[in-house]
Amino acid sequence: MSATAHSIDTGKNIWDGGQSPLKASYGKLMMWFFLLSDAFTFSALLITYGLIRTAHPAYSGTVEDFTFSQDYWPIPEKVFEAVPFLHGVPLPLVFVGIMTFILIMSSVTMVLAVEAGHRMDKKGVEKWMLWTIIGGLTFLGCQAWEWSHFISGTGGGGAGLSWNEYGPMDFAAFFFFITGFHGTHVFSGVVLNFLVYYNTITGVYERRGHYEMVEKVGLYWHFVDLVWVFVFTFFYLV
Amino acid sequence: MHTEETSNVQVMPADKEKIKLIWKTAGILALITALEFLVAFTVPHEMEMTRVVIFIGMTIVKAAYIVGEFMHLKYEVKVLIWSIIIPMIFVVWMLVAFVYEGASIYDGRF
Repeated sequence: MSATAHSIDTGKNIWDGGQSPLKASYGKLMMWFFLLSDAFTFSALLITYGLIRTAHPAYSGTVEDFTFSQDYWPIPEKVFEAVPFLHGVPLPLVFVGIMTFILIMSSVTMVLAVEAGHRMDKKGVEKWMLWTIIGGLTFLGCQAWEWSHFISGTGGGGAGLSWNEYGPMDFAAFFFFITGFHGTHVFSGVVLNFLVYYNTITGVYERRGHYEMVEKVGLYWHFVDLVWVFVFTFFYLV
Repeated sequence: MHTEETSNVQVMPADKEKIKLIWKTAGILALITALEFLVAFTVPHEMEMTRVVIFIGMTIVKAAYIVGEFMHLKYEVKVLIWSIIIPMIFVVWMLVAFVYEGASIYDGRF
């Protein structure tokens, strides 16, 4: 703070060096700019989905009479209506809703880990990081189930890279690419979270004197949650 | 192994207000997701435009809470906030251009 007052006295700009104008460490800034570039990648995928969908005929009949056809784009809630252990019961979007809730909760436990880190509370960071990892793994498990159900289908042959029971080929291709790319992010997030958890337990951050790594990996983890919010809307709801 | 050197680290008490804000944000996110479900099954598919506008609006509100509170961007320096938000203009442009292009491809095909 005194550095700011001093620089004003000498007529220097905050960008002239000697202090950090963005008041964030190098690592945190680079994480922000990496996430910005990653946001562009995900936007490109979702927007291309929009392009391809607009280029296909939409289903024009009533929702009750909907059947799968290669001739029009399917209504997503008719495709994703299965829930584990409730075989044959149509529950549209319920399972995706559960997955969304799991990811939001793991984001919350991540913020709590960051908060504990600010207070140098090693036990707290350990506890909340572990919950975050469990949340991430649960989400991945759900996604594995969703994929296997999507691939094997409900009697109409399911979907793959060269066939699709639910609608035009591109629909399945986008499902695999978008949720797969997001799932890969979740997976690397879990790996990073585990590394932070390990370093917390072994006392690396306590000896370092701060828990900034938890914040940086936390930014990444929240971003993964953020992307899911958009995937949920543009792939499942719209 | 390091218990001797770590035992003198001062753990600060938790700030109740901060924790409350975190859970409040989580509650808002859960509530909006629940509302999205409500809209998905109450607003008929014939009102496609209304549905899309509501969904996108709610998604942007959710995104704002995640980025602002969870990622702490709201509390950063203004320059940092703008250097993250302004580049998003490209995404908006891409969305407009690509959906327009998609409609044009549709007109050419059918």
